[in-house]
Amino acid sequence: MQKQSFFQSPLLPFLLIAPQVTIVLVFFYWPAIQAVWQSFLLQDAFGLSTTFVGFENYVHLLHEPGYFDAIVRTFAFSAMIALLSLSIALLLAVMADKPMRAGGIYRTLLIWPYAVAPAVAGVLWIFMLHPSLGVLARGLRALGIDWNPLLNGDHAAILVIAAATWKQISYNFLFFLAGLQSIPRSIIEAAAIDGAGPTRRFWTVVFPLLSPTVFFLIVVNIVYAFFDTFGIIDATTGGGPSKATETLVYKVYLDGLLGGNLGSSAAQSVILMVIVIALTAIQFRYVERKVTY
Amino acid sequence: MVERRGIGDIVPHLVLWLGIAVVAFPVYLAFVASTQEAYLIANGQMSLLPGGKFLDNYYRTIFIGTSSSTREPVGTMLFNSFVMAMAISLGKIAISIISAYAIVYFRFPFRMAVFWLIFITLMLPVEVRIYPTYKIAADLSLLDSFAGLTLPLIASATATLLFRQFFMTVPDELLEASRIDGAGPIRFFKDTLLPLSRTNMAALFVILFIYGWNQYLWPLLITTRDNMQTIVIGIRKMITTSDALTEWPLVMATAMLAMLPPVAVVILMQKLFVRGLVETEK
Repeated sequence: MQKQSFFQSPLLPFLLIAPQVTIVLVFFYWPAIQAVWQSFLLQDAFGLSTTFVGFENYVHLLHEPGYFDAIVRTFAFSAMIALLSLSIALLLAVMADKPMRAGGIYRTLLIWPYAVAPAVAGVLWIFMLHPSLGVLARGLRALGIDWNPLLNGDHAAILVIAAATWKQISYNFLFFLAGLQSIPRSIIEAAAIDGAGPTRRFWTVVFPLLSPTVFFLIVVNIVYAFFDTFGIIDATTGGGPSKATETLVYKVYLDGLLGGNLGSSAAQSVILMVIVIALTAIQFRYVERKVTY
Repeated sequence: MVERRGIGDIVPHLVLWLGIAVVAFPVYLAFVASTQEAYLIANGQMSLLPGGKFLDNYYRTIFIGTSSSTREPVGTMLFNSFVMAMAISLGKIAISIISAYAIVYFRFPFRMAVFWLIFITLMLPVEVRIYPTYKIAADLSLLDSFAGLTLPLIASATATLLFRQFFMTVPDELLEASRIDGAGPIRFFKDTLLPLSRTNMAALFVILFIYGWNQYLWPLLITTRDNMQTIVIGIRKMITTSDALTEWPLVMATAMLAMLPPVAVVILMQKLFVRGLVETEK
């Protein structure tokens, strides 16, 4: 943690940390404290007076059926996005891991969606799945499906999950590929000599050795699905139709912006904060485990 | 390859090319749409091959803009996004490297407190403090300014941790040696540490440039004037009008332009990108 040789100076270190600490205090801690404080306040309809109400905002929130739905929806979205993007990425990574000359090209052609902004990914997918002009929507209608993500909540959810999965495959692929390439060939060859076929080798040797990567990626994917889907949702469905794609983060945004319900929005922020802290803690416990491996 | 199975060797290639095709399809479609006549797309008669309006559509997108909703030419938005991405990435690197330097190479009161203060911001993303942060930015009259777009985002726990980790691996002998040469803390930083950190800074820059370019929620809150819009915000405003008015070829041209810089960075600087991604996630 600390260097054996170091500089001694009364002023310089404080000047060096000043910019970062100032920004952190002004734009991170102060607003976070305000969010916690506001979550205990109730503002009247005209914003003229506020009263301290303790946990009333939280109680209201937990009794609001819409909020419970948003929690379930957010976790369902996260699970779907994580499951889909992890399985597709793992399949592609296993295929790309087989020693082959063109390996580098495959990686280049698969990792670029990482750089696409979520909102832009949303625009690409709404264009394909738009009920009146989308190319894929035309295909679905030809199959007899009355596809309309602007009116049908399930269709809208599929749209959001598809766009989010599409964007996340590249990230998972990269980490799976790195994980696979760090597995020593000799272990796999030993299993082959013992007579294990490719499928058996994968599930009994490769996959267990890959499990730290899998676990790490699950946490990262959940965080991604919680927060980075905001851009996709805002660019495509706006949380609708009738709240079918309203996640926790999107609800904080809507309730504060349109509803003007600052107390409830702040209480939602605090609950999100707790979720982030929990996820970060899990992530760091994993890192610790990897170090002691 | 552990065993050879003749025809089976082709399967991985097929799966990979199928995956690449599926992943690339939405972008191909966007490109095709950006080269066609608007009415063909609006009628649902879009061709799957590029049309002849490439130059026309891109010229209109960059220099004129759509005729409805946001009238700003996308050229302005590209400029705004570029300034924002550069300021965020360079700003994060600059303030993080000096704070990591202070934390590793100095002993001063509250050193660990400062470290934790920066570290804990990992758990406070914009999304959990939307309105209070917006209010502070408004109180400091940062709305609709580049300072407002970038300043609140340039603190970085990840970058600080990364530089701290790297500095810890720099041998102490280097400091002793430069001290014998009569170098003070500033010269040691400038002449020894900065050159050593070049690769780390470059890898971090690639990741942070993409992060900055793709920012959505914060620019959405902080910019109200059309000429301060970034391209990622602008594109969304182009399609919220009623279907009939959406000029899809221009929207798709904007999507292509919005993807081009960050995707080019990933492809051209792939080694640095992979390194940055793996290291920032540690």
